[in-house]
Amino acid sequence: MTLDAAAIRSDFPVLEREVNGRPLVFLDSAASSQKPRQVVEAMSEYYYRHHANVHRGAHVLSVEATALYEEARAAVAAFVGADPSGLVFVRNATEAVNLVAASWGRTHLEAGDEVVVSVAEHHANIVPWQMVAAETGAVVRPVGIDGAGRIDLGALRDALSPRTRLVATFHVSNVLGSVNPVAEVAELAHAAGALLFVDGAQAAPHLPVDVAALGCDFYAFSAHKMLGPTGIGALWARPELLAGMPPYMGGGEMISRVTFEGTTFAPPPKRFEAGTPSIAEAVGFAAAVRYLEAVGMDAVRRHDEALVARALERLRGMPGVTLVGPEEGRVGLVTFVVDGVHAHDVATALDLHGVAVRAGQHCAQPLHRELGIAASTRASFYLYNEPAEVDAFADALAAVLAHFAAFA
Amino acid sequence: MGILGDLYQAAVLEHSRRPRNRYRPDRYDLAYPGVNPGCGDEITLYLALDDGRVATVAFEGEGCAISQASASLMTEAVKGRTAREALALAEDFKAMVRGEEPAERLGEARVLRGVSRLHARVKCATLPWVTLEHALAELDAADGGAAPDTG
Repeated sequence: MTLDAAAIRSDFPVLEREVNGRPLVFLDSAASSQKPRQVVEAMSEYYYRHHANVHRGAHVLSVEATALYEEARAAVAAFVGADPSGLVFVRNATEAVNLVAASWGRTHLEAGDEVVVSVAEHHANIVPWQMVAAETGAVVRPVGIDGAGRIDLGALRDALSPRTRLVATFHVSNVLGSVNPVAEVAELAHAAGALLFVDGAQAAPHLPVDVAALGCDFYAFSAHKMLGPTGIGALWARPELLAGMPPYMGGGEMISRVTFEGTTFAPPPKRFEAGTPSIAEAVGFAAAVRYLEAVGMDAVRRHDEALVARALERLRGMPGVTLVGPEEGRVGLVTFVVDGVHAHDVATALDLHGVAVRAGQHCAQPLHRELGIAASTRASFYLYNEPAEVDAFADALAAVLAHFAAFA
Repeated sequence: MGILGDLYQAAVLEHSRRPRNRYRPDRYDLAYPGVNPGCGDEITLYLALDDGRVATVAFEGEGCAISQASASLMTEAVKGRTAREALALAEDFKAMVRGEEPAERLGEARVLRGVSRLHARVKCATLPWVTLEHALAELDAADGGAAPDTG
């Protein structure tokens, strides 16, 4: 089954906009995707008709809100092939990393222990580990990537030791678009007695995900990159791991019994959801995964692959354009550098043509240092993009190159 | 020129690719760093004052065409000026990229007026000028704040 991008586009009012006098060509979904009416309307409907606080009221609205919130948990968990008992709602994938670093890390890392990460991680999958390492005396050990932009399995094997407690790496790279061999990484990590944390922020929007098949221990993703609202994301963890983790924040909702002699905590996942949660956002998140499921994640994947293939074909011949990342197997994005033109100038010049892309280091400074480039420009695609937009982007890029070359 | 020409006009690209005063002088009173953490543009500004006037102004840096062209244009604009005049020019420049009519005394730096339509890039253009303001303030403080001409 292929998807009907024209029909899908009609669900996204923002795509009717003009920018700088041109039709908007939105190629920055890897930073944050646009939202379909179905998501916005589900959230409005919740606020107009069902809102009350969850898990505490005896009245009808609270019961409805609680049901919607817990149905959302089940929907999001099912989307990654998981049971809701292992799914914690967080603000975003970044908070998921911080939760695991603060809760699991503080109680399981000791001086000299190691957390292995790849050099291609997003800062969100580096900095929280550095913070807990500084606190506990553990060490964050980077390993390189191979020619396909994936974590170098040989280097990983060498890096693993009896001191390795955790491997933390990406599922899909936000710069290279490469897909990590998560199941193999899981096998290596587990053989060394370590756990595997997977940053799925760029994978969950584009690929069918099954946490059991991946064999990972933790999986994190953000709603806003997959048609959902900002302010909510998910941490999935094996329920027995969550059971052994102390709370991340204290407050209401996360307790079982509070006295001044001592407090006992609720079982997971509520143990990690202190305070009134983002209820409307959870409802929106569920609407987003239902939208994606209705389209079909296999169809989404094939559509994204076709757009990436077309972009690669158009960009490969362009003089002065160097692609960053693997020749094959990219998911959802194309990153490149232009000879003699800074990435921000490329992005601004494209914006003047109505084409929205991201420029800079994409929260991956260590990777850019590793690749020897100061900054890069990234065009990222999603189910609402059409081949004609890839062409509009390539034509605009050609015009930009011609303009800058004329004054070289 | 097309829609690109307004912003990335020949003079801007010329200054970004062949910047004036882009070197580290043998002697200077102060080296002052400026950075936009959001985008990675960075410059180091070298300043020497002589009798209250900007005798040496040079920079080194990396970044987009707008930040580097702006640094080049800034050095040309303030060389030989008193510190007070240089600070007034910085005010004029900042007003221009906020969308006000450019002051004539900005001279060639007016080629960057197109930045005013691009909110995302205003910080690139103002980086050298803000760095200049900070550097002059530091020189003034080092001087015991005695210099009356730092505005």
